[in-house]
Amino acid sequence: MTAYESSFPAVLFEHVGVQYVGAAQPTLHAVDLAIDEGELVLVIGRTGSGKSTLLGTINGHVPHFTGGRLSGRVQVLGRDTSTHRPRDLADVVGVVGQDPLAGFVTDTVEEELAYGMEQLALAPATMRKRVEETLDLLGIADLRAAPLRDLSGGQQQRVAIGSVLTSHPRILVLDEPTSALDPTGAEEVLATLTRLVHDLGVTVIIAEHRLERVVQYADRVIEVVEGRVRHGAPAEILATSSIAPPVIELGRYAGFSPLPVSIRDARRAAAPLRTRLAAMGPAPEEPAAGTGAAPSALSARRLRVDHGQVRAVADVEVNFPARSITALMGRNGAGKSSLLWALHGSGKRSGGTVALADGTDPATLKSAQRRTRIGLVPQSATDLLYLERVGAECDQADAESSRLPGTCASLLADLAPGIPADRHPRDLSEGQKLALVIAIQLTAEPEVILLDEPTRGLDYPAKDRLAETLRALARTGHTAVVSTHDVEFVAQVADAVAVLAEGEIVAHGPTAEVIAASPAFAPQVAKILAPLPLLTVAEVRRALAPTTLPQGPV
Amino acid sequence: MIRHLHPAAWWVWALALAASASLTTNPVLLAAHILVLVAVVLARRDGSPWGRAFRLYALLGALIVVTRLILHVLVGLKFGEIPLLPLPAANLPSWAAGIEIGGTVYLEGALGAALEGARLATMILAIGAANALASPKRLLKVFPAALHEIGAALVVAVTVAPQLAESVQRVARARSLRGEGSRGLRSFRAIAMPVLQDTLDRSLALAAAMDGRGYGRRGGPRHTGTSVLTLLGLLGACVGLYGLLDTTSPAALGLPVLLVGLALCVGGIWAGGRAVPRTIYRRDPWGPPEWLTCLCGLAALTGSLITLRTDPAAMSMPLLPLGVPGIPWIVLLGLLLAAVPALATPVPPLASVRSSQAVRAG
Repeated sequence: MTAYESSFPAVLFEHVGVQYVGAAQPTLHAVDLAIDEGELVLVIGRTGSGKSTLLGTINGHVPHFTGGRLSGRVQVLGRDTSTHRPRDLADVVGVVGQDPLAGFVTDTVEEELAYGMEQLALAPATMRKRVEETLDLLGIADLRAAPLRDLSGGQQQRVAIGSVLTSHPRILVLDEPTSALDPTGAEEVLATLTRLVHDLGVTVIIAEHRLERVVQYADRVIEVVEGRVRHGAPAEILATSSIAPPVIELGRYAGFSPLPVSIRDARRAAAPLRTRLAAMGPAPEEPAAGTGAAPSALSARRLRVDHGQVRAVADVEVNFPARSITALMGRNGAGKSSLLWALHGSGKRSGGTVALADGTDPATLKSAQRRTRIGLVPQSATDLLYLERVGAECDQADAESSRLPGTCASLLADLAPGIPADRHPRDLSEGQKLALVIAIQLTAEPEVILLDEPTRGLDYPAKDRLAETLRALARTGHTAVVSTHDVEFVAQVADAVAVLAEGEIVAHGPTAEVIAASPAFAPQVAKILAPLPLLTVAEVRRALAPTTLPQGPV
Repeated sequence: MIRHLHPAAWWVWALALAASASLTTNPVLLAAHILVLVAVVLARRDGSPWGRAFRLYALLGALIVVTRLILHVLVGLKFGEIPLLPLPAANLPSWAAGIEIGGTVYLEGALGAALEGARLATMILAIGAANALASPKRLLKVFPAALHEIGAALVVAVTVAPQLAESVQRVARARSLRGEGSRGLRSFRAIAMPVLQDTLDRSLALAAAMDGRGYGRRGGPRHTGTSVLTLLGLLGACVGLYGLLDTTSPAALGLPVLLVGLALCVGGIWAGGRAVPRTIYRRDPWGPPEWLTCLCGLAALTGSLITLRTDPAAMSMPLLPLGVPGIPWIVLLGLLLAAVPALATPVPPLASVRSSQAVRAG
């Protein structure tokens, strides 16, 4: 960066608007904003609010790559993005996307780190030095020759960050960098980012759905609501934002002032609340479904799955009681997906048995018949969709499951009201797509439904709706098994948690017992209120319900 | 010493072997070609997905031989004296001479067809060997910077194509979750639509990532001279090629014009490349092992070419009458030399052997 460039703010938006071709409404509207050097800025907003578009304008991806019309002016260290294409800004802006694997150009870690520098025509000696420095900075020196595809999700994301860092950008833009990662992997990535901000003065602009992971690191929060932005200190913006992590929700409910955004501050502020809650005695239990001696709806004996040399699932013995919701947790690559597919009966199984409530092994059923007993929503749920209209998908589902016409459509209307039947499934938001696939799978009325990472890409309201859906299913006699990294979602919805490590179930029990004690898996409310056995704001609310003491904005 | 051999050296070697294989239907020689290819690949491939994909080329080769045989039985011209399979023949009008539907299959004809298939399979295997030994991505690094637009398309294709198989597998598995309600064309569509969308998304994401990281950055302004040079060069090359192939045109229009045209093209590409500055992190060195590999490959081709001049009968399988194939020692000597790189080249760095599939399945 030259002295001339350093006299500009890192990013300057002047009355910026973006309208895509064929869109009735502008995606961004009159954005005025200056981001200073060395700031860590968190961009929040509902899905489809224009977050990604806002991030895309910073390196000129919007509109040079996506098309559409940009009005106003975006300047990056004094360079106007209307005259500078992404490649011309590559030396000052580094962009890391949601799926690191999709952005990798080369095959190995070292080559990937060097790629950007090669394009900037840096001298080979400089490149060697920077590759070594970056490998150390990110703690991945031992992986230098490893094929990128063989790395874990957290490692891949760190390599992706490293691969833009080697060009020494002054600005780092990250679009949901931790959404695919387990809690530990996310910690790794976020620790790296804060280190960059504090040690190197890099400006970091990050969009994230799981605010609970990032908000304590942010200097400033930008909220995007229907194309308009609002920005300010985290506590100030989050006090009234449409989406908030549990720590903020608790703060709002209990009326803490100033609103704490980190666990540490919230814990200090919550001392009186803890005393009061402790005095209330044990919280009235919600009638818990599926615990105790309920008959098992799905069980596995010595279930084993081998992928070549690797044992993905190792002699798992597990029971899922009827009418219960069980969360399957564990780090990336622990064998969660393999276990779900093996339980479903259509995936690979190397040994052991699986039994439904009446003892039937789902693997022995024909796929059309299996569908009526046990359903699975895979990780890439959109693989199930192939027709041009939502209505056609629903009709197809009714026909496939031989149900009355309209069954699927009415299920969908319950899950996600207001989706036009003539909309193309690809134009739906992530939450709506998921709802459509769940509706298709529920059309066959299976007694057990398995969901693989359903919360990916969902914002808080969409997650709340999914939780409600699952609860309603459990009430009407269904059994659900959900694999997820999202501890807050688990705290909200699951009756029981099974933790998988290296293909083995290392813990299985009631949610509160399993996750509250774990440093990696404990939800924010549990951390704030420990040792009280409360996991979510809803539980706190229920515990305090008899008294009417704090009535903050909820 | 542990390093990658220059990718171009492997390609020269493999293409020379492919060319050599194209000259023969002698089963002994084809087997020798295959043996050399397999031996060198097993000795010198790295652990990359491309290295693991060599098996697929072998499968493709086998498929080609089988297809060729089936076609021979169905519509091929049957000839020979030793009947293998008595089949009824359909009578075709005289204008369809050369096609024979059904008819008794003879050993000679079937053998001839199988060997023709084997020749093509060997050539395919040679290309597979080049892919396994030198990842196409490393070859693209030496792609001229001036052609970066084409380069981008190639990188995207080379990266996304191997993921296509994975995508098909995943979607087919997802299909079974919906109960496989449809068959035939419908089920094809049910798999093709999500796979195509997925592939398109991945391609765009990769292209965007390359753009965002400065691929095709221009140092200076574009010179019109570059385009003029390249255009003139291409024109010259076309005219020259025409002159060379058309025997009636004067000799001066042939080779000289072609050479001048090619020189102009190279000049244009060089000048264009200077406007797109780029450096290479670890330039693959070109040393004695590279020269050796090229020469060894060319030795096999030379052996075949010499034998084709001196003893053309030895290069093909004697079918009418059926006989024992000859053993031209010069070709075998050339192939023996072509196997030398299996031992005389540096060992590639061995990548992690952990199964990527298992990791992704988690």
